[in-house]
Amino acid sequence: MQLTFSVYRYNPEVDNAPRMQDYTLDVEEGQDMMVLDALLLLKEQDPTLSFRRSCREGVCGSDGVNMNGKNGLACITPLSALGKGKVVIRPLPGLPVVRDLVVDMTQFYTQYEKIKPFLINDDKQPPAREHLQSPEERAKLDGLYECILCACCSTSCPSFWWNPDKFVGPAGLLHAYRFLIDSRDTATDERLNDLDDAFSVFRCHGIMNCVSVCPKGLNPTKAIGQIKSMLLQRAV
Amino acid sequence: MVTNQASIKRNGVQDYVSLRATAFIIAIYTFFLAGFFITTEEITFEVWQGLFSGLAMKVFTLAALVSIMIHVRIGLWQVLTDYVKPAGVRAIIQYVLNIIAFVYVAVGLFVLWGV
Repeated sequence: MQLTFSVYRYNPEVDNAPRMQDYTLDVEEGQDMMVLDALLLLKEQDPTLSFRRSCREGVCGSDGVNMNGKNGLACITPLSALGKGKVVIRPLPGLPVVRDLVVDMTQFYTQYEKIKPFLINDDKQPPAREHLQSPEERAKLDGLYECILCACCSTSCPSFWWNPDKFVGPAGLLHAYRFLIDSRDTATDERLNDLDDAFSVFRCHGIMNCVSVCPKGLNPTKAIGQIKSMLLQRAV
Repeated sequence: MVTNQASIKRNGVQDYVSLRATAFIIAIYTFFLAGFFITTEEITFEVWQGLFSGLAMKVFTLAALVSIMIHVRIGLWQVLTDYVKPAGVRAIIQYVLNIIAFVYVAVGLFVLWGV
């Protein structure tokens, strides 16, 4: 069985413009494999093909790419899930391309830094061992802490494409909410003050592209809705 | 985080609430008119004029027109800040579109006045 691929190629040092390059791969009839495995085989054919990968099991979030128009992690996306026909692989949309499928994630991380992704606790007397949480308080973090910052969500979000400098984006806001509802965090007001403008949160119009592509099955739109509610409750 | 200056003093929460409040009025008005067209067997000039001659309908229509103006003002500001990056060009387009939105209200007001 012969599989065909069309892969985005761009080396700013050599190429004037990006191009799509076709590849073919011979595999056993009926054999399925992850897109990352296919990319690794393609790299054996053409060592100049560049992409990021690390854990190859959906934990590190390095190999976020756009496959047949949808963002996802190459290492946990089987070729069979992409349907029959040519597989088109492009870098995550909206971010500057460093080379081929490797993107510059500075804008993404800058937004992540903005939300202060760490626990802030100004209790005068910290507990001797650790901040305890009830099971109910801990349960509120489920569906939030699992984010691996692969950027599949933020780079599928038109609001982030158009305003990557002002809109925090789904990944950053998911993390923002993770700290806003953490019972051990005491900087809720400060965090909400930082988000209280026309762009940071409210540029989300709830189109749910982020939910559709999240490889971990998380729901950033829901978290953003909760942040909007918190901001609203403060205002009325 | 993003200062008021950068967002031309727009308030996220206020815009969020205004968009939804005006959308609700526009939706109710649309459903009302749709209901009128569906339930009225024959729409003559007299029937149409009769509908708009009541004070309540005039107020309802004016509220819908003002809602559209507010909705357009916020919505188009959001669309323009997405797609038109040069601030000067955006300001001019915004100015013209806001005038057009106001014209709809003004014309509507005078039409209602004349009924």
